[in-house]
Amino acid sequence: MSPLLKLILVRVGLGVLTLLMVSVVVFAATQALPGDTARAILGREATNVDRYEALKEQLGLNKPMTEQYLSWLGGVLTGDFGNSLAQDEPVTQLLSRRVINTFILVGIAALLSIPISLLLGSLTALRRDSKFDISVSIGSLSLAALPEFVIGIILILLFATQVFNWLPAVSRVDPSLPIVQQLDMFVLPALTLTLAVAPYITRILRASTIEVLESEYVMMARLKGLPERLVLNRHAVPNALAPALQVTALNLAWLAGGVVVVEYLFAFPGIGSALVDAVANRDMPMVQAICLIIAGVYVLANLTADILTILVSPRLRTGLR
Amino acid sequence: METVVTQDAAAARESEAVLRVEGLRIVLDPSGVDIDDEVSLLIHRGEVLGLVGESASGKTTVGTSLLDYQRRGAKIAEGHVEIDGRDILSMDPVALRGVRGGQISYVPQDSSAALNPALRIGTQLLEILEVHGFGSSAADREARLAQMMAEVLLPSDAQFLRRYPHQLSGGQQQRVAIAMAFANRPKVIVLDEPTTALDVTTQAHVLDTVRDLTKSYGVAALYITHDLAVVANLADRIAVMYAGRVVETGTRDELFDAGHHPYTRKLLASIPDITGERALRGIPGWAPRPGQRPSGCAFTPRCDWAVDKCSEVFPPVEDVSPGHHVRCWRYKEVGAQTAALDIQLRDKSLSAPQAEEKQVISVRDVTAYYQHKETLHGINASLSERRCLSLVGESGSGKTTLARCIAGLHRHKIVGDIDFMGKPLARDARGRPRATRQAIQYIFQSPYSSLNPRKTIAQILSQPLKVFFDLSRDEMEERMVKALEQVALDSSLLSRYPDQLSGGERQRLAIARSLAAEPTVLICDEVTSWLDVSVQAAIIELLAALQRDMGLSMLFVTHNLALVRSISQEVAVMNEGRIVEYGVVDAVLDDPQADYTKKLLSDTPTV
Amino acid sequence: MSTPEMRVNDSELVEPPVVHADSRPSEWLMMLREAWRMGRTKIGVGIFAAIVLIAVVGPWVAPYSPTEFVAPPFSTPDIPKMWLGSDYIGHDVLTRVLYGGRTVILLALAATVIGLVLGVTLGLITGYARRWIDESIMRILDVVLAFPQIVLALLFVSILGPRLWLIVLIVGISHAPRIARVARAATLEVSQRDFVLAAEAFGIARWKILFNEILPSITSPLLVEFGLRLTYSIGVIAALSFLGFGMQPPAADWGLMINENRIGLVIQPWPVVVPVMLIGILTIGTNLIADGLGRALIGIERDTGVE
Repeated sequence: MSPLLKLILVRVGLGVLTLLMVSVVVFAATQALPGDTARAILGREATNVDRYEALKEQLGLNKPMTEQYLSWLGGVLTGDFGNSLAQDEPVTQLLSRRVINTFILVGIAALLSIPISLLLGSLTALRRDSKFDISVSIGSLSLAALPEFVIGIILILLFATQVFNWLPAVSRVDPSLPIVQQLDMFVLPALTLTLAVAPYITRILRASTIEVLESEYVMMARLKGLPERLVLNRHAVPNALAPALQVTALNLAWLAGGVVVVEYLFAFPGIGSALVDAVANRDMPMVQAICLIIAGVYVLANLTADILTILVSPRLRTGLR
Repeated sequence: METVVTQDAAAARESEAVLRVEGLRIVLDPSGVDIDDEVSLLIHRGEVLGLVGESASGKTTVGTSLLDYQRRGAKIAEGHVEIDGRDILSMDPVALRGVRGGQISYVPQDSSAALNPALRIGTQLLEILEVHGFGSSAADREARLAQMMAEVLLPSDAQFLRRYPHQLSGGQQQRVAIAMAFANRPKVIVLDEPTTALDVTTQAHVLDTVRDLTKSYGVAALYITHDLAVVANLADRIAVMYAGRVVETGTRDELFDAGHHPYTRKLLASIPDITGERALRGIPGWAPRPGQRPSGCAFTPRCDWAVDKCSEVFPPVEDVSPGHHVRCWRYKEVGAQTAALDIQLRDKSLSAPQAEEKQVISVRDVTAYYQHKETLHGINASLSERRCLSLVGESGSGKTTLARCIAGLHRHKIVGDIDFMGKPLARDARGRPRATRQAIQYIFQSPYSSLNPRKTIAQILSQPLKVFFDLSRDEMEERMVKALEQVALDSSLLSRYPDQLSGGERQRLAIARSLAAEPTVLICDEVTSWLDVSVQAAIIELLAALQRDMGLSMLFVTHNLALVRSISQEVAVMNEGRIVEYGVVDAVLDDPQADYTKKLLSDTPTV
Repeated sequence: MSTPEMRVNDSELVEPPVVHADSRPSEWLMMLREAWRMGRTKIGVGIFAAIVLIAVVGPWVAPYSPTEFVAPPFSTPDIPKMWLGSDYIGHDVLTRVLYGGRTVILLALAATVIGLVLGVTLGLITGYARRWIDESIMRILDVVLAFPQIVLALLFVSILGPRLWLIVLIVGISHAPRIARVARAATLEVSQRDFVLAAEAFGIARWKILFNEILPSITSPLLVEFGLRLTYSIGVIAALSFLGFGMQPPAADWGLMINENRIGLVIQPWPVVVPVMLIGILTIGTNLIADGLGRALIGIERDTGVE
């Protein structure tokens, strides 16, 4: 087996292991912790012993922990997350539309943020210490600091109220209409996510680009008399690719978590806002399902970043370290 | 003064110069502090000019200036650089690009960093031809590429060219860099310490290649180095730099036989002599860095010839003879003193072994591993009381591994016996009794890495004192001062931090730290490899004196065979994890038996 | 192999003067001094101090009590009785703003400290211990890392309820792996250095080496991390309150206020705008400080040849 394949398989294996342990954590948090699930759900009515026992039986809470976990895991792997306690319908059904919505939202945010940050990151590195660089630096420093909901509210203030009353402050996506006709519902949430994520990518990209531009091999390329265009495209870019890919994937992974607050803020019907509702309602199966999905996306994004980095670096590709 | 005839001859010679550098001044940006000043050089067709200097001499920055390039943080403030009459520094960017790689090329110090890790070497080699419009077709370029590779003794088949830099050895990488430099048959080549990171054997090959190619193509070469021995066999003319200025320039013979600058003379005296005739003399003190240079001659504090004028005004350029320039107020007197007086004959009795002494450390049939690979194979060696044994070998020979096994710092499997005073030693130093740990002390190679930068010197010195002895605060202070005195460092340094010391001083501090433990065995692991030649000599002098005066048993690990006679009585030559020759120093070096020893001797550059 | 000859030549450009005469302060102090020289750090410290001041001193200068009804809901400002108007129930907005900063700042500080202590300890251990200990701990930390911070918090809040101690604990734990990574990388690098090996050769115990040799060498990057983590802590904790899982009504809390008063944004923006501005400026302040420290660190490391 080629060392490359081996390396990739090891990474994949580790990813699967992590996911497995994630599922254990999700399961443990929601079903194995003291503060008994059944009691939490019944709330005040938990004093009614019969109802309590009945609910426990219904949720299968009397079986040994490992058995509960395995049967739950089995369900998850076949796409069965159980029924929502708040709405008594299969979780999968309730989430499917929302997953798509969130997917589109994140997709738009990614499509916006990646090109912008790649551009800004490399330009500020090339024009280091210029006025352009300094202003972008200050801007990204500030944006990176702000929590997403702060960015969101500022955008609402700017675009949806007094200042410019252009966009809806609350997204009421009508499930009966095709998404394409309702794109304006996506604008503010997507913009918020973009503004929250882009600064990070920009700053890290700038740093790694500068590192490449100050490397010995770039200096050597210039000393060989290569035109600047060739120095950048042929010599600099391939080496800046690996860190660029990594940081992009990592930040996309972050978006998976960022949606929670943003969707809630804009009442966007995605899995983020569903999570908030589920937590408020103590709807365990929903909480489990959404946490698993989000963590899963996170792990997958990291895994992809790792593998792409390996593929892009000749050193790692040929098995050396 | 020069006669008309010689003036004309000089003028005629000058006009043949391919590279002319005048009044070059490079400064730090933005502070404006000088790195180099008033640098003037002249190189003719087919001539190799060695630019020699130690750290802080500014020689490296001169190199890239010839291509009108400076790294971030420095800039060229003044001066002219002319290649065949064309002024490089005032060229527009397009013309400059044409010149770089075409008329003048550069061979970097570290090709492992200078070759792009993401591109195949074939691409990187071809592009220098493409960019300068060589040939009229791809076939032309490939033919030239094949020729280039043959010249540097590298294969040119497609498979090899498809390799990435990290798939080549250090020596191969350097050859690729040389091939690129000669590709367009440039008029000038700047070689920036290209063999520093290479083994002696590989270095010898590379130097041969450079010599052959410069002569064949009539290239004017500037060879930048700190190693006078290397340049002695390669350069036609030499320029010596100190603290940013050229202090003497002349032919190789003029400088080696009749140097007129005190620094030149002292530098020569500090080169280790492999024949063992000459004692090693170091230069006390250290070179001032940019920003700390005085208005007068920077060498004054370290100079035996200094007078008051020296510290006030920098001496102007004087001609000893046509082409031999020097900058020293007392150059005539310096030149008058014969070179022989610089030489102190080595006290040969120092390397003669005394009667058989007790064995302090014995190594029997030791095999050591690094992870699962064997790095030492069945080593047998011993260190006697009051003796110094040198372990000599190139990188990968296992000399450091052996030293670390003895010191208890080898973290992988060891098979065999290592005894100290007749009793077996635990593998790991932490498993050894305190008395043993105290008795065997280890000095590391890098003085930049072996001292905790966050601790004061007092804290660093007190570490062994706290571990091995039970002392009151006053007693500790006393011992620390004593330790510093033994290595000629001032006690006022106790409250300073390591980064406030020069490299040589740091290494002295490391030695002081070991001495504070009052050891009986001192293991020195390449302790001078990171130091300038002149500083190295001073440290060797110190170590040799300490070993004699304190009756220490010393294990001296080094890759430089020439140092061996200056410090040890016995030598073990190692290659690929085995001891290939072992014996009394004079015997081994005067009459080597093993092929490897003979090769090592012949490859080591000598003056 | 990079030999010192090369390094010393490279550092021709930035090598500091070899100075015996003056003594020199510890690196720590130098870093703080260097950071302070930068405009951005000064602004950051100023902002941070100002907001902390408001939060700490606020309750004492507030005109009313935070739960007092002073006017009909969403009344517009009426200087000087109600500088910022009233909120969705009728409380004085200015008062609630003055009361609302304490919790978030305190909780954020606590969470960051917990994360730092946990993360640094784990980082030191994994960076210096044997391979299998390192690997196993890192795998476990990877699991924590797989959850975005807010999702992790929500997960546990769903079962245990919105308790403040829980939030601090979970946010702190979620910081630990990220800090551990930084600490581990720094520890790995430092433990390769010869002075650590020298201490081992002397026979000094591993844990002593960890705390006396290695830890002091990694404090500078950790100081920078502290600044960064504090910024995120504030963000996450404020967000949790915003979502309704932090402080509960009728408590005065900036995050909570923003959510409570969103409905009336168009008529009475102040109960939303002011807390938003305060949180925003606070996080920008801490980020500026962290950035200043980061730059100072790079400068100092270069000058003392620590690299």
